[in-house]
Amino acid sequence: MNPLYAELQWLPRVPQEFSERLKALGKSTGPLGRELQALALHALDLNQLTKLAKLIRNAHTEGKSLAPLTPFRLAVLSNSTVDLIVPALVASAARHGIALEVIQPSYDQVAQEALTPDSKVNSSKPDAVLFALDYRALPLKLSLGDAEASSATVQGVIGYLQALRNGIKANSNVVCVFQTFAPPVETLFGSLDRMLPGTLRSLVDSINRELAEFVLDSGDMLFDVAGLAETVGLADWHDPQLWNMAKFSFSDQLIPLYADHVARSVAAIRGKSRKVLVLDLDNTVWGGVIGDDGLDGIKVAQGDARGEAHLAVQRLALDLRQRGIVLAVSSKNTDDVAREPFEKHPEMLLKLDHIAVFQANWNDKATNIQAIAEELSLGLDAMVFLDDNPVERGLVRMLLPQVAVPELPEEPAYYARTLAAAGYFEAVAFATEDLKRAGFYQDNAKRANLQKQVSGVAAYLASLDMTITFQPFDATGRPRIVQLINKSNQYNLTTRRYTDPEVTEAEDDPAVFTLQVRLADIFGDNGMISVIICRPGEAGVWEIDTWLMSCRVLGRKVEHMVLREVLEHARAAGIHKLAGTYRPTEKNKLVVDHYAKLGFNKVREEESGLTHWELLVEDAEPESAPMKLVSQGFATTKGGLFA
Amino acid sequence: MDESQIYARLAELFEDVFDEDSIKLTPDLSAKDVDGWDSLTHIRLILTIEKAFKIRFSTSEIGKLENVGDLVTLIQARA
Repeated sequence: MNPLYAELQWLPRVPQEFSERLKALGKSTGPLGRELQALALHALDLNQLTKLAKLIRNAHTEGKSLAPLTPFRLAVLSNSTVDLIVPALVASAARHGIALEVIQPSYDQVAQEALTPDSKVNSSKPDAVLFALDYRALPLKLSLGDAEASSATVQGVIGYLQALRNGIKANSNVVCVFQTFAPPVETLFGSLDRMLPGTLRSLVDSINRELAEFVLDSGDMLFDVAGLAETVGLADWHDPQLWNMAKFSFSDQLIPLYADHVARSVAAIRGKSRKVLVLDLDNTVWGGVIGDDGLDGIKVAQGDARGEAHLAVQRLALDLRQRGIVLAVSSKNTDDVAREPFEKHPEMLLKLDHIAVFQANWNDKATNIQAIAEELSLGLDAMVFLDDNPVERGLVRMLLPQVAVPELPEEPAYYARTLAAAGYFEAVAFATEDLKRAGFYQDNAKRANLQKQVSGVAAYLASLDMTITFQPFDATGRPRIVQLINKSNQYNLTTRRYTDPEVTEAEDDPAVFTLQVRLADIFGDNGMISVIICRPGEAGVWEIDTWLMSCRVLGRKVEHMVLREVLEHARAAGIHKLAGTYRPTEKNKLVVDHYAKLGFNKVREEESGLTHWELLVEDAEPESAPMKLVSQGFATTKGGLFA
Repeated sequence: MDESQIYARLAELFEDVFDEDSIKLTPDLSAKDVDGWDSLTHIRLILTIEKAFKIRFSTSEIGKLENVGDLVTLIQARA
């Protein structure tokens, strides 16, 4: 089974505490909606969906409020066993903001329920009726090679479905949802089955096509089960053993997927489909980091394997925009650096005038997405946020839970597919006005003003379980040290470039203090993310020759922890002053205030913009951050100190 | 896998399926002894066990199961 679909891989994995949280919620007096939705927003399996549904059912009986979930009543008519699917529907609906009640009449009573005026379904006044029929429910007759007879069979089936629909409409005028049919796997001839009229495959093909046309005209709804089955594979969709034993239309392993799709349709009926796609830039819309790799270094070219993966994301974004989804950008970059590829890179498909709001700055993304929502006058629940970085995804999920944030796999080639699989923009109707919607937002890549910062960022960072590791330069770290020294452009105070022999020299010189810094968090090891070189200046002074850091770990107070480590060693070496310089370049505007932030005093500023700073070691009390500290490989080794 | 390991794992799976941690698994425990162990829950239980132990049972094997003891024997033969 393709795990993207079978395991709903765009959803975060189920947390350890799922059962406890569910139990606690069961004891609460309500309203239960928010926590229910939060719990449902994970890749729950059939048993977990069933437990969640039981809680919802109990809440109904005990009269507990499910606000703010929107109520919806769905009747399900089927020729197959749906008892295990119903709880999955209820739980999956919560994921999409719906408090679903399912009306399920007795097994295989489809025609009776639809056509009898006072049937259970007709008297319960549902909001919609789902005809969960599979091909076995249809009056199908093989008529191999006989076009006329086949046509009659197809018309007969459509007539049957229409009669069911009319029965419902006559009695309760609700939305009818029809499923297309997944044909059986077995063929009689081979490829001829598709071509020859009257084979099962070509009959089902024709029925699906006619059904789609019929529904388009009648204003009912279609759930393209045939398309879903094709996507996961007909052979995985159908499980003959399960049909034989329990009359399941399709494999139990695909129940969570099926249920999520039904839930999406119901949510779409209630207007909950999302309308905005907020894109991260580095390693999402192009390969690489624009601030470090430059226009020439980012991967976005046709013919480059990595580039094509990111182009696929751009193409999907553009196609979504064509159908009325608004595009926005939230990137941790300097604004003009982030805009450059849009303006100048010949291979970029996305241009600035495709983007309604363009946020590129060094503030946290939750605050930025909040600003985007306000600028567009849309709710946070209209937003989808696409970012390759699990730390950013976690931050936005925690601080702005109404924003949809898909998980992404390691391999960028699957980003576009994963976003599409999540179905955030599901539409049940299409109007030509939709095509123009994106344009109404005057895609002039506006910069929205940031309002007050979204709270909770510090707490989120503390939950990342970070460990920072300090070591002096050594042979093992040298290749990466040399790489960082030569390619870091943005968070780089002096942009001094050194060759391998020069770095080795610094490593071997006892008067030179060097640091290679690594950072790990719950999402994994970020590897080496900062490099420091301090050289002796006047007596008792260390001159900070090199201070650079990977932008990936900005905003986590890594630089404060680095300063603390430098100060420890400075004290031990009898140094009383640290002297730092900021040498401005085209790319490092970001760090103009670096030393000010760390409590240094500005001693001198030159015309070129070069600034000199000083910090007295004795007085210095830099901020600490919630991370474990490991310091090793120095002359006096310390280990496992907690900051 | 030895019997006690299988019983231990089964206890977790019963909890997942029945949403109850009080079911005591003995060899002669069967559907009539447990509230809510109807034919559909039985299917869900079998499917859960197949996934957890990464095995598939044949239709006739499933049809012959009378109690937890039979289930454990079958799992032992397969896992």
